[in-house]
Amino acid sequence: MIPELGHFALIVALLLALTQATLPLIGAQRGNLTLMAVARPAAQGQFVFVAIAFGCLAWSFLHNDFSVENVARNSFSQLPEIYRFTATWGSHEGSMLLWALILAFWTTAVSVFSRHLPDDMVARVIGIMGLVSTGFLAFLLTTSNPFLRLLGDAMPADGRDMNPLLQDPGMVIHPPMLYMGYVGFSVAFAFAIAALLSGRLDAAWARWSRPWTTVAWAFLSAGIALGSWWAYYELGWGGWWFWDPTENASFMPWLAGTALIHSLAVTEKRGAFKAWTVLLALTAFSLSLLGTFLVRSGVLSSVHAFATDPARGAFILGFLAVVIGGSLALFAWRAPKMLTGGRFNWFSREALLLSNNVVLLAALGTVLLGTLYPLLIDALGMGKISVGPPYFNAVFVPVIAPALFLMGIGPLARWKEASLPDMVARLKWALAISLATGLLLPLTLKGFNAWASLGFSLSVWIALTVLIGFRERLKNGGRLAALPRAFWGMQLAHFGMALGVAGITLVANYQTERDVRMNVGDHAGLAGYTFTFRGTTDHVGPNYRAARGTIEVSEGEKPGGKKLFVLHPEKRIYNASGMAMTEAAIDPNFFRDVYVALGEPLNDQATTWVVRIFHKPFINWLWIGALFLAVGGFLAASDRRYRIAVQATAPSNAAAQGA
Amino acid sequence: MKRWLPLIIFAVLVGFFAKGLFLNPREVPSPFIGKAAPAFTLPMVGQADKTFSPADMKGKVWLLNVWAPWCVSCRQEHGVLMALAQSQPVPIVGLNWKDKAREAEQLLAQAGSPYLAVPDDLSGKTGIDYGVTGTPETYVIDKAGIVRMKHVGPIDEKVWKEKFEPKLKELN
Repeated sequence: MIPELGHFALIVALLLALTQATLPLIGAQRGNLTLMAVARPAAQGQFVFVAIAFGCLAWSFLHNDFSVENVARNSFSQLPEIYRFTATWGSHEGSMLLWALILAFWTTAVSVFSRHLPDDMVARVIGIMGLVSTGFLAFLLTTSNPFLRLLGDAMPADGRDMNPLLQDPGMVIHPPMLYMGYVGFSVAFAFAIAALLSGRLDAAWARWSRPWTTVAWAFLSAGIALGSWWAYYELGWGGWWFWDPTENASFMPWLAGTALIHSLAVTEKRGAFKAWTVLLALTAFSLSLLGTFLVRSGVLSSVHAFATDPARGAFILGFLAVVIGGSLALFAWRAPKMLTGGRFNWFSREALLLSNNVVLLAALGTVLLGTLYPLLIDALGMGKISVGPPYFNAVFVPVIAPALFLMGIGPLARWKEASLPDMVARLKWALAISLATGLLLPLTLKGFNAWASLGFSLSVWIALTVLIGFRERLKNGGRLAALPRAFWGMQLAHFGMALGVAGITLVANYQTERDVRMNVGDHAGLAGYTFTFRGTTDHVGPNYRAARGTIEVSEGEKPGGKKLFVLHPEKRIYNASGMAMTEAAIDPNFFRDVYVALGEPLNDQATTWVVRIFHKPFINWLWIGALFLAVGGFLAASDRRYRIAVQATAPSNAAAQGA
Repeated sequence: MKRWLPLIIFAVLVGFFAKGLFLNPREVPSPFIGKAAPAFTLPMVGQADKTFSPADMKGKVWLLNVWAPWCVSCRQEHGVLMALAQSQPVPIVGLNWKDKAREAEQLLAQAGSPYLAVPDDLSGKTGIDYGVTGTPETYVIDKAGIVRMKHVGPIDEKVWKEKFEPKLKELN
C-alpha cells in the first residue's frame, strides 16, 4: 500500500509540476496576475507530494519491503538502519527521486524568499524550474519508477544488499550535499532564462540571483570535498581524486559556478559582462544536467556508474537537447538586446575578474575534453582509448595556476581603473615572500621540485594577499567584526584555497608509500615510523565478516622505538553480495595521515598479508580548505545588503504594481 | 554569428552523445582477435587426474566461456548456455576462473553443466593470458585454434542471435 501511495504522490507531483511550468509562464507573458499567482502554491504543493513519494520509498527501505524491486535490489535485512535509510538514494531510481526532491525544495525556497521580487519575475523563475521538474518527474515515472513491485514468486526472501562501497557514513551526507549544489544552480539558470524572456537584464537581476548561486556553490564545494574524502578512506587506494568521469561531472559545474559567482559580482556592481554572466548561468546548470546524463546513461564507463540503460540515456539526452538547446537558442536570440554597461580599463578589477573567468573556463574546457574524449574517439570509430590522471594532471594544473595567481590581485584592485605602480607597491613584499618560499621550501624538504615550488608560491601568495586585504580594510580604524559578511566570506574562501593548494602540493609531492608482505611479527619502516604486524582476528559485523588486522606503530624507522598508536585495518566480506571491501585504518592529525590498508592474504591460514602503508603529509588541509570555501560561501550569501535589499525594494515594487 | 556559437557547439556534442548511447564503453576489443588462442594445460574440475588444453579442440569451432561460481551475471547466462548445450550448435568449454572457495563442482552438480569440459584456473593466470577483464566473457575459437570473437558480459538470446549465430555460420 505504501509504495502505491508513493507512486500516486509522484504522479500528482508531475501534474502539479506541469501546472507550475505552464500557467505562470503564460501569465507572465500576458501580464495576467491570476495565472502568475499559481506559481507559488503549485511549487509548494509539488514539493509536498515529492516529499511524500520520497518518504514512502524511505519507509519501504526501513521496513525491508522486498516486494518493491528497488528495495530488493539495493537493501538487505541485516543492513544497519541508517544504511537502510541512505539506501533510499543508493540506487539509480532513488537518486533521481532525491534529485527531484531537492529541485522541489529549491523551488519552494525561491517561492518563500522572493516576496520582494516583481511578480512576473517570480512567475517566470518558478515556471522555468517547473519545466525542469516536469522533465525529471516524467523521467522517473516512465523509465525509472522506484516503486515497481515484484509480485508472487518474484518476491525474494531477502534483498541483494546495498553496494558495500556505499555503506559508509560519508555516503549519508555526500549525495544530498552534492545534489543541493548541482540542483541549486537551477535557480541561477531559471533567473537567467527569466531575465532573457523579460528582456530585463540589469543589475537587479544579478543581485537577486547572487545569493542563490553562492549558496548552491557552497553546497557543491562541500559535496565534492566529502566525495573526495570518502574515496580517500573507503576505496583503500589512498588517492583522493581520480579524475573519474563521475568526479569530473561534479567538478565541471563547480568550475563554471566559480566563474559565475565572480562574474555576477561584476554584473551587480558595475553592470558589465551581462551576456557573459547569463551564458555562465546557463552553462553551470547545463553542466549539472550533462553530468547527470554522463553518469546515468552509461556512455562513459566509470567506477561509480550505477545502472546503465539506453532508454534512460535516450530520455535524458532528449531532455538535455530541449533544456540546454532551448536556453542557448533563447540566449542567441536575445543576446543583441544585452547592452554592455560600465566601461573599464585593461587593468581594473573588472578586467582581472574577466581574465580569471577566462582561465577558469579554459580549465573547465580541459576537463570536459578529457572526460568526453574517449566517447568522441569511439563515436568516430577511431578506436577505444581511456584518458587518465596523467592527462589531467599535465594539462589542468598549468591552466589553473594563473587563476590562483590572479585570485591574489583581483580583490585588491580598484573597480574601473587600477594603477599598476600602486599595485606593485602594495604587493611587492607578498610577491617576494611567496617566490622565496616557493624556491627555498622544497630545498629544505627533498630537493628542488618545480611543481612543489609553484604550489607553495601560489599558496603563500593567496594567503598573504588575504592578510593584506584585511589590513587595508582596517587601516583607517574599524573592527574585524564590523567588516561586511560578503568581505569575510570572500576572504575565508580565498584562504581556503590557499590551504587546499598547500595540502595538494604537499601530499602530491611528498607522500610516501610502501606495499609490503608481512608475516605476524614483521616490521616495516616508513617516514619515521615503524609498523609491526600483529596478525588478524576474525570479526563479525552486522552484515559482513571481517579479518581485522592489528598494526602497531612506533617511533623511528627501526623497531624498538616508543609505541605510538595501534591501527585496525579490515578486509570485509559482505554476506549478501559476497563482495570484498577494504577498510583502511587512518591515524589523522593536522600535519599528516598515517594510512594502512590490508591487501590480499598470501596463504590460507591468513597469517601473511600484503599490507599497504601510506604517509600523507598535510592531506587534511585539503578538506579543511574545502570547509573554508563552503563556510565562506554561506557567510557571503547571508550578507546584510541582501537583507536590506529585501526591505528597500519591497515598497517600490508594490508601488509599481499599484500604478 | 558569435552568439550562436554556444548552441552550435552544444548541437555537435548532442550528436556525439546520441551516437555514444549505442556504443558500449566496457567492450574493449581483444588484441587476440585473429591470433592463436594462448595455450594452457589445466586440470579439470571434478576430474583432477585429467587435463584440458585448447589443442584438444583442434578441428572444431568452440566457445571458451570464462565464468566463476561467485559471479552473479554468470548465473544469468547459465540458462541460455544450458539450452545451447541441449541443441548443441557448438561445444562450450567453461574456464572456471579464480574459484578459491572450490564451489564449481557442487554448483554444476546442482544446476547442471552446459560444458564439455571445465578447466580449473585457480590462480587466474590463464585468464590473464586471455586478457579477461571480468566474468563472464566468451571467446569464439575456430578450427585452426584462432580467436575470432570475444563477447564481454552475459550471453542472452538476443546477443546469441545477433552476434554469435552469424559468426558461427561464417566459421563452419
